[in-house]
Amino acid sequence: MSFLPFAVAAWLFLAGLYGIVSSRSLIRAILSLTVVQSATYVVLLGVGYSKGGQAPIFADIPQTSKAVDPVVQVLVLTDVVIEATVTAMLLALAVQAHKRFGSLDPQDLRALQD
Amino acid sequence: MVLFGVAAVGFGVVLVYGLSGLPAFGHYHGVYGKVINGIGVTERHATDLVTALNFDIRGFDTLGEEFILFGSVLGVVLILRQMRGEHDRPRQHEADEHTFAGASEALRALSLAVIPAILAIGIYIVVHGQLTPGGGFQGGVILAAGPLVVFLAGRYLRMRIVAPHTLVEIGEAAGALGYALVGLSGLVLAGVFFKNFLPLGIAGHLLSGGQMDLASAAVGLEVSGAFLVAFGEFLDQAMVVSGSPRS
Repeated sequence: MSFLPFAVAAWLFLAGLYGIVSSRSLIRAILSLTVVQSATYVVLLGVGYSKGGQAPIFADIPQTSKAVDPVVQVLVLTDVVIEATVTAMLLALAVQAHKRFGSLDPQDLRALQD
Repeated sequence: MVLFGVAAVGFGVVLVYGLSGLPAFGHYHGVYGKVINGIGVTERHATDLVTALNFDIRGFDTLGEEFILFGSVLGVVLILRQMRGEHDRPRQHEADEHTFAGASEALRALSLAVIPAILAIGIYIVVHGQLTPGGGFQGGVILAAGPLVVFLAGRYLRMRIVAPHTLVEIGEAAGALGYALVGLSGLVLAGVFFKNFLPLGIAGHLLSGGQMDLASAAVGLEVSGAFLVAFGEFLDQAMVVSGSPRS
């Protein structure tokens, strides 16, 4: 099953995308976006995995032992930070949208359509 | 929905085409990872290579990452600023501090006991980043959870005393500045931006990895400050601000 991680990533991506297009609430759309983003973690970690590799923490394993790629793990860390910041910004916008229009339904954001 | 279906099929085709070009799962061919796994411990004296990459080898990138966090929290503050027609809800009396319903005495007592544990774990994660999984980003988030427990105990206004806006904002800014200063010190003392300028120590010891501990602490301060600023803004919206904005 060597393609399983990538299949999981594609499934996460599409599930999140479906969540965004079918959302009747901005909060749900934002949460779906985080699902889409988590697909990228799976891809990154899947790319960096090598068979039989251990975590790149050499505190209790010998230095010569085989380990997975630490570079992609750092990229995932960056990814997580970006996801947190993007989510915070979008939620703040949702709060203001709710204040102005009294609704979180994207269809009700009339001012954006004029 | 039809549009989504068509797009999903198109995406699937492109995805399969793209994935067929990747090396099979488990057969890793990247060069960087192998090089860093080979030299990381001997060159950097850190046993957690993810942190070594984050705060030393790839330190410049982390500077950018940090300022993304800083900038976006600034954005949250801007978006949630006090609009015309909004004002702080007047505080009638002292009992208003307990407006968060459902906070029992037991929950309050427990949260008091939990706060020191959370802070200890957070600091532990921050300072042991170069040895075991952890570091400034992870520890900073845990540290930010400490004052949130005060909120959970039903005392939001008290949380603003424990973590006042000005203090967490200064903390966030100091953390961001501190991380930039780590890089500048490398420029001044070692000649290259973010080049390690501290003794590397013995791998596996607490004070090893050179600048990583310093960078980790700065990032921890920045992240916990940033999260507290963002939490504070959102909680203000829910608890303090009233009135509707005039458009």
